[in-house]
Amino acid sequence: MTRNKWIAAAALGALLVAGQASAADKKVVAVSIPAADHGWTAGVVYHAQAAAKEINAAFPDVEVIVKTSPSATAQVSALEDLSAGRKLDALVILPQTSEELTMPVKAVKDSGAFITVVDRGLNDPAIQDLYVAGDNIAVGKNTAKFLVDKLGGKGNLVVLRGIPTVIDDERIKGFQDGIAGTDLKILDIQYANWNSDDAFKLMQDYLAKYPHIDAVWANDDDMLLGVLEAVKESGRTDIKFALGGNGMKDIVKKVIDGDAMTPVETPYPPSMIKTAIYMTVANLVGHAPVRGNVKLDAPLITKDNAAEFYFPDSPF
Amino acid sequence: MSAVIQSAPPRRERSFAIGWADAGPFIALAALLVIGFLINPDFLSATNLSNVITRSAFIAIIAVGATFVISSGGLDLSVGSMAAFITGVTIMFMNGMVPHLGTWSVPAGMAIALFAGIACGLLNGLIVTVGKIEPFIATLGTMGIFRALITYLSDGGTIPIDRSLREVYRPVYFGTVTGIPIPILISLAVAAIGSFILYKTKYGRKCAAVGANADVARYSGISIIKTRTIAYLIQGACVAIAAICYVPRLGAATPTTGVLWELQVITAVVIGGTALRGGKGHIWGTVAGAVILELIANLMVLSDFVSEYLVAAVQGVIIIIAMLIQRFSK
Repeated sequence: MTRNKWIAAAALGALLVAGQASAADKKVVAVSIPAADHGWTAGVVYHAQAAAKEINAAFPDVEVIVKTSPSATAQVSALEDLSAGRKLDALVILPQTSEELTMPVKAVKDSGAFITVVDRGLNDPAIQDLYVAGDNIAVGKNTAKFLVDKLGGKGNLVVLRGIPTVIDDERIKGFQDGIAGTDLKILDIQYANWNSDDAFKLMQDYLAKYPHIDAVWANDDDMLLGVLEAVKESGRTDIKFALGGNGMKDIVKKVIDGDAMTPVETPYPPSMIKTAIYMTVANLVGHAPVRGNVKLDAPLITKDNAAEFYFPDSPF
Repeated sequence: MSAVIQSAPPRRERSFAIGWADAGPFIALAALLVIGFLINPDFLSATNLSNVITRSAFIAIIAVGATFVISSGGLDLSVGSMAAFITGVTIMFMNGMVPHLGTWSVPAGMAIALFAGIACGLLNGLIVTVGKIEPFIATLGTMGIFRALITYLSDGGTIPIDRSLREVYRPVYFGTVTGIPIPILISLAVAAIGSFILYKTKYGRKCAAVGANADVARYSGISIIKTRTIAYLIQGACVAIAAICYVPRLGAATPTTGVLWELQVITAVVIGGTALRGGKGHIWGTVAGAVILELIANLMVLSDFVSEYLVAAVQGVIIIIAMLIQRFSK
């Protein structure tokens, strides 16, 4: 009896060891991103999961694990959990905040993982092997250029900005630089918290305050939805353009459909997480060095190239 | 303007008994209108006032319910998330029913909204009364729950209403009857019913009694559990009515719908003259409070003095001044 037990235990032990060995053969890529709490992060989650599914199917020896976290503290814990059980070959992270995540990511780096940082940089750029981000200044600048061009360098603008953050400041700065030296005049600029309801109210107020507005720029598509509703309701015909930014599918669809008021869009695409995951995996399996900084441009999305930026199945 | 005109008669009728206390929020409202006009004459234009008062309807309707909850000695932090959750459920139900009911799915969806609102209110009420958990904590919990549910239902994105229903439903927010926007009429109706229940029925007096002193109320044979639970039910129904008016405005529910509405609602109730610690509720004051809040935000945009960075600070100062005007007009 006792001997049988020993044999069974030995067999079980052997199985466990073998199991671990085959798991260890797989290269593990952990992806840590914020939980979906608004449109853009929902898009990030969608694209991260899509990338994981595609890569896990395409490369049997790579395992991509996606973990979402609702807060910076939760993300720190998630990093500990991810790296506690097994050795990570790479970490792709979109940090909730730069300050709180810098040291925990460094700890993962010290364990030998390849670190890819997406969108929001860490306090110490030396930690990252690869940095992938969009270009917020270009979001503002390219929109401004379009307006300067279409309005003949003259006209009255109103602007809706989001929440006081670096992202918001950069977009506004890009826009202001873009119209500098022309006769385009920003009549008013106020915060609407990247929220459609707040943008609806603010746009109603702008319309009440200014009898003639040539174009509106909301530096995010959620706000643009509120703006469009307010303009439609007012029945005003002086507004020639209402533009947004970010690449929300509803707005890209408008561009595809040739909408007169919103004929173009600028992307700050949540799909950048997918780009980052693919590049990281390329480094692991393809022996393709990818170290460096990658800044995805924010080209004007027009009817011609809109299909590239249109993800009908994404929540964003 | 119409909200003020409409609400004047019940105030006058009550002012014989209560004196200046009820008039406070209306004095603040009148002062704000005058200041607004001096700053920018466009402020009193019919379009602007109609826009602003229509916008305040959601907060006003929810705040009528909150007047019951607060005057009965409770608090509800979950109203904003609840509004988002009900909006999401309603839109999904309407969209799902389109193949079967066609445009009739709009009234069917409204019924579902009311049902969902009452169910959410009942949940809050039972946790607070039967579960005997502090209202602040209980509704902080359900606030998180409702917010997570709408985020889950929408995958973090948006739940848009079916295009075929969009135009049918649109007039509920954008339509007018004899020139008055429908949301204003709905909020006046809700306030009228609310003030009838609070001032003219036995339940209303129980509500104030429980809020003023729960022990004394219990000794007089009033069921505290029943009274407070019904207050939360009324709150849930009010949130549902607000959600019904809200859906046609942007035609979508998102995880950011109704964020921080709970604070605006509580502020409206307190500006309206109802004490946070419970006791007597002031329904028409609450409505005035909701309009005041929206007018302040509107005035911030229409005036040119304030840097966009300081808007929130000035709003805070104005709210405090409005409260002080009330205090000294008593």
